[in-house]
Amino acid sequence: MNRQVSATLSGQLRLQLKGITKQYPGCLANDQVDLEIAAGEIHALLGENGAGKSTLMKMIYGVTKPDAGEIIWQGSRVEIKDPSMARKMGIGMVFQHFSLFETLTVTENIALALGDEAGDLQLLAKKISTVSKQYGMELNPDRHIHSLSVGERQRVEIVRCLVQDIKLLILDEPTSVLTPQEVETLFVTLRQLATDGCSILFISHKLKEVQALCHNATILRGGKVTGDCVPAEAGATKMAQLMVGVDTPISSNYPKATGTEVFLAVQDLTNSSEDPFGTSLKKVNFSVRRGEILGIAGVAGNGQEELLAALSGEHLLDSSDPVKFAGLGVGLLDPRKRRELGLGFVPEERLGRGAVPEMSLVENTLLTGFLQGLLNFGFINQPKTEQFSQRIIDDYKVKTPNNRTAAQSLSGGNLQKFIIGREILQNPQLLVAAHPTWGVDIGAATAIHKALIELRDKGAAILVVSEDIDELFLISDRLCAICDGEISPAKATLETSIEEVGRWMTGVFEPTESAVSEQLDAALNTRSIN
Amino acid sequence: MDIDLITNVLYAMVRTGTPLLIVALGELVCERSGVLNLGQEGMMLMGAVVGFIVTLTTGSLLLGFILAIVAGMLMSMLFAAIALGLNANQVATGLALTIFGTGLSAFIGAAYVGTPITGLEPIAIPYLSEIPLIGKMLFAQDLVVYLSFGLFGLVFWFFKSSRLGLTVKAVGENPHAANSLGLPVMRTRYLAVAFGGGMAGLAGGYLSLAYTPLWAENMTAGRGWIALALVVFATWRADRIIFGAYLFGLASILNLVVQGLGYPVSPNLLAMMPYAATVLVLVMISSNVMKSKMYTPMWLGKPFHPHT
Repeated sequence: MNRQVSATLSGQLRLQLKGITKQYPGCLANDQVDLEIAAGEIHALLGENGAGKSTLMKMIYGVTKPDAGEIIWQGSRVEIKDPSMARKMGIGMVFQHFSLFETLTVTENIALALGDEAGDLQLLAKKISTVSKQYGMELNPDRHIHSLSVGERQRVEIVRCLVQDIKLLILDEPTSVLTPQEVETLFVTLRQLATDGCSILFISHKLKEVQALCHNATILRGGKVTGDCVPAEAGATKMAQLMVGVDTPISSNYPKATGTEVFLAVQDLTNSSEDPFGTSLKKVNFSVRRGEILGIAGVAGNGQEELLAALSGEHLLDSSDPVKFAGLGVGLLDPRKRRELGLGFVPEERLGRGAVPEMSLVENTLLTGFLQGLLNFGFINQPKTEQFSQRIIDDYKVKTPNNRTAAQSLSGGNLQKFIIGREILQNPQLLVAAHPTWGVDIGAATAIHKALIELRDKGAAILVVSEDIDELFLISDRLCAICDGEISPAKATLETSIEEVGRWMTGVFEPTESAVSEQLDAALNTRSIN
Repeated sequence: MDIDLITNVLYAMVRTGTPLLIVALGELVCERSGVLNLGQEGMMLMGAVVGFIVTLTTGSLLLGFILAIVAGMLMSMLFAAIALGLNANQVATGLALTIFGTGLSAFIGAAYVGTPITGLEPIAIPYLSEIPLIGKMLFAQDLVVYLSFGLFGLVFWFFKSSRLGLTVKAVGENPHAANSLGLPVMRTRYLAVAFGGGMAGLAGGYLSLAYTPLWAENMTAGRGWIALALVVFATWRADRIIFGAYLFGLASILNLVVQGLGYPVSPNLLAMMPYAATVLVLVMISSNVMKSKMYTPMWLGKPFHPHT
């Protein structure tokens, strides 16, 4: 095997997995998995959701134990009993869903993880400052977590690992919550860490990032290793095929459309947030035409939730005019009335808002599908509801034992296919989708993208709010970005670039005319002073 | 009002607020670990009856207080076994505990109703208790009141700067994250519940051994419930709990003063005053959502299963 590792430490194996097997009831999560990571190596673990990545890393981090196989740590066989033992050995882990406490400060959060070693909190705070500066991830140790952006929270998780003597850092889908610029900064940090001799296990399904960062990659599918490669040398297509299998089509390009007349018009939408940790919308203007997909990029917490609530009707406005469906002001209409006017809505949280976790898929069909003739004078038409749910399951290839299964027992990707299918089969004139493929594997993401494009070509107006900039470039016809409650002007996707959208996401976009003249004045003033 | 009256009102305010303060501090610790124990009233009553009987039979106040605390703890462990051990619904279990404690205490104490004992006597600290207005309030109280001052300081410090306090807050906010960090979620919760039970027992003992040294059925008169409300409206902050507890004490005393002055107000209406005033004032100070969110244990009342 061709190994490409930082020269100083090559050859010295830090972690070796041999024939790791883990059986869960009804599912073989890991089947004879072998993996080798050298000191100072950045190793990618690629695979779709459900491929067994999480199970494997849970075993390395001591959360669960393998049924068979060996874990060899720095040359000797070990049994990792629990996470605290893993931490003592020098294994750190950054979870996809952060395990941070919102009401505590950065220092307190890190102290909790360190246990008795934390020592004096003030000394720890100093250490946190030093370590975070050293790796270019500045952090104020006294800030409360709830006041931090998602990117900063991730830094806390990473720094939490770094203040200990770390030998192996495991990162689970770390870039899914970051802006392109933040991803770059993270990669710089990780490369520096690797140069210092720390091994990194980078779990991802984003091929571009793996190619940009990782020395080696192990690819999993269905719990089995389907290949090892050097990402920089192997083609993206080859890696993708190893991940999803040869028979799954992979989307690469969709034709762009221009749309016809405007369906959704948002004019001067200003809305102060009720949530103390929320973002207020400031004079938001944009429109979505029939037959086009408008993508809104942005880092989470910049007003997306507030915008979505204002569009879906969960948050009623003071007047009807700021939001119009086909010229009709809907600002004062509740979600049901907006649905009657042709709205379909895919919320961000699948469990809890998109679906009721404990209820079956049939019952969840009724949740938004009640307008499709599933009700008779307020009574549920059971056969029709069953039929409709079965149609969703069949059309969108939702993997589930049957339609009586509870929503919460479906995997994220399958549930998302179900929710999207439920909305699309209602033939909406306007579909608002938040993070449609978040945490969804490539196969399911492709199916979702195809469904959205098909719906667009039928003449529906589609608004996609996402943090995944690659996805937005793939499916959107026009793009804009949201930052701190303000929306950038929209541009045709083909006429903009990732860099430009990245700038918009940080709030740098062409200001309106009055703001331009103000800036000009300010510039002139500075010059005259100088 | 003359100085003497004010001095005495302040003194009685602290005395009346003390049992509420003690039980609310216990419930605060319990709730911040994420466990909602609605059994305060039941645990207090058990503490009151056990403490009273022990002191009556042995003549020892110390033994009475100790066993009152033990009784409260045993009751809370019954709650913990069901709500934490068996993951039952905390609200229902807590309610059942109150009903159980009310009934059991009435049954055990039936033979002792109306028997008088010599209660805990105040100890005036020389010189300090002579300070005008506040001297009597702060330095002429009984030992349990002094102890409650200490308990307040302890709980305040516990959440402000102790490591264990940090753990309790973490467990109450997000037990899954705490578990993934290797914090002992269940042990922390059991300990917090036990502390809450002990405090409720002590508060009950204070009622039957010091405040009104006798046993009467249901003598807590809803203090356990008002303590629960106090914790919520004090937005889980110890400093606001002490304020609310003494406010309750003050309103209770003023009600007696007003009655004594002979104003033609219905005594029932006046008796309602302390409860209404405490809740009202605390609702007003807790209306800042931003600040309240900072202290709210987000996992309150939800069971936690550490899955393997």
